[in-house]
Amino acid sequence: MLGGLRRLTYEAAMILEGIGLKKYFPVTGGFTVGGVRGWIKAVDGVSVRVAEGETLGIVGESGSGKTTLAKVFLLLERPTAGSVVFDGTPTQDFSRSDLARYRRSVQAVFQDPYSSLNPRMRVEHIVAEPLPRDDGMSRAMVRERVREVLELVGLRRESAALYPHEFSGGQRQRIAIARALVTYPKFIVLDEPVSALDVSIRAQILNLLKHLQEKLGLAYIMISHDLAAARYLSTRLVVMYAGRLAETGECDAVYTEPLHPYTQALLSAALPLHPSVRRQRIVLTGEVPNPMNPPAGCRFHPRCPQAMPHCRSQEPEWQEVRPGHYTACHLY
Amino acid sequence: MRESSPLLVVDDLKTHFFTRRGVTKAVDGVGFTLHAGETLALVGESGSGKSVTCLSLVRMVPEPAGRIVGGRVLFDGEDLLEKSPGEMRRVRGKQIAMVLQDPMTSLNPALTIGTQVGEVLRLHQGLRGGQLRERVLEALSRLRIPGAGNRLRNYQHQLSGGMRQRVTSAIAVSCAPRLLIADEPTTSLDVTIQAQYLELLKEVQRSTGVAVILVTHDFGIVAANADRVAVMYAGKIVEMGSTLQVFDHPAHPYTQALLRCLPGVELKRQLVEIGGQPPDLARLPPGCPFAPRCPKRQPICHETYPPSVTLEDGHVAQCWVASVA
Repeated sequence: MLGGLRRLTYEAAMILEGIGLKKYFPVTGGFTVGGVRGWIKAVDGVSVRVAEGETLGIVGESGSGKTTLAKVFLLLERPTAGSVVFDGTPTQDFSRSDLARYRRSVQAVFQDPYSSLNPRMRVEHIVAEPLPRDDGMSRAMVRERVREVLELVGLRRESAALYPHEFSGGQRQRIAIARALVTYPKFIVLDEPVSALDVSIRAQILNLLKHLQEKLGLAYIMISHDLAAARYLSTRLVVMYAGRLAETGECDAVYTEPLHPYTQALLSAALPLHPSVRRQRIVLTGEVPNPMNPPAGCRFHPRCPQAMPHCRSQEPEWQEVRPGHYTACHLY
Repeated sequence: MRESSPLLVVDDLKTHFFTRRGVTKAVDGVGFTLHAGETLALVGESGSGKSVTCLSLVRMVPEPAGRIVGGRVLFDGEDLLEKSPGEMRRVRGKQIAMVLQDPMTSLNPALTIGTQVGEVLRLHQGLRGGQLRERVLEALSRLRIPGAGNRLRNYQHQLSGGMRQRVTSAIAVSCAPRLLIADEPTTSLDVTIQAQYLELLKEVQRSTGVAVILVTHDFGIVAANADRVAVMYAGKIVEMGSTLQVFDHPAHPYTQALLRCLPGVELKRQLVEIGGQPPDLARLPPGCPFAPRCPKRQPICHETYPPSVTLEDGHVAQCWVASVA
């Protein structure tokens, strides 16, 4: 259909992997000019992988490091340690052309479609912006591709001539999704893709994302604090707490039989959608720990209802408790 | 509880905004009653008029663009809309208190927590010195703020989001108000902190008997906390009833569609989306504003606004085709 676009097209099966990722931010200030008072350990030893066609949901509270992890995957932050491996090559060994390919293959949709679209650009230019300049696409081809992705996300072709303010929140998020799709990506990092939208619009966007995944074989990394939305899209789930992984597994397994006490509390805190379902709720005391000075031992022990004496000193090991279902907890 | 006369009666409240684009009918004929100790949830999407309804109750509509153009707000039998600004000031904070969505913006960053909680008590009850300090501590500990004594000298930036929202709630309940308006109180909080806060709010309500208007767009919060629900769409309450009535037998097609389009934590099911967009409040159609998106629309829906239909005791919907599902 679009012969000229063959050079830039969906590639064969690929895997995106993070190995032992750490991201520390220095804390400076006061009179120690240039000195570092401490480190915020936003992500502290995280390994995850996403394969084609699946959705990895990353859930956790604010401060758990999920957005930092997304930024590391988007190469917006350089990890302090560990590496992002794309298709067998670690990103730090990338050549220029590898990097260009990575940027095309891994795209992003952000939370707030009011701030992620430049109000002074027409939709046409917003959507075309990620396309590489030197790829030999003629203007007509770019125009055609832009209109094609706009149709793909359920907008009219004529929308290309308009400005973002002429669209509602849900339509803006569609434009953001179109912009992510324009380079034929394999992976899309979705950072809270529906949190800023109205309830009646959320279902539209969630269904659109699902439909696009089936049609184009996309893999999503979906960052969310909304457990219900994460459940709807995810095939596998990662629960983060204070910069570490608490639990990973198949989405259904994590939701029905959570292993880690934090996952259990998080799920029980999510409110059921019916008044007669009064679930036994585990109400956690305390707050998310200070990332500059996380607790010793298991990071969750000060809030854990099942904490044991050795949780305070010994860090729990990452282990496979059930097939494909991992956690780091001394209970197992 | 129901035999006593209601604490609050809102009748045909209309708040319009006069802009260059025309008249925006943000609240257009809203009516409900609320008894002491009861929790009414106002649910709806952004722009449905929930927040403007709340602001109208305490006469805080941003003027001059916004004006309350009609209706009555009877609080304890007295019409708040007839009161002078001075009389209103004595009602706000003392009789009717508010908790807003974002504690970052509702607390003053330049004043200590102690000063801000004390301010209400000083103004409304004339407390000073040791007595004031005692009442401030009492208010803070009622919201279970640990180490309240040390917190008095703190500023808001030294507190976490959950703690800040507890402080604003402590301010709200310090004068033992009879009505608490909570406008999306947990939207900016994390899930586990939200659970803590909602439990706390219930506890305060049980011990003080305060009536609560809970504004939210989260049906999970409604299910867990509200006695009655009012669903708003385009400035009107399209359906109202007890929480069980609305969840078990939603009558208005909008409520039905909303409940079907929400993802749940329990089970995974296909979401049925609501097509289209919420209407432009400055250009409302003559008939039912939901008609263009409604799967059950009839020709009459586009022409005339539907009447209120009573489906059961206390369960009302404004719809031509409303029926118990």
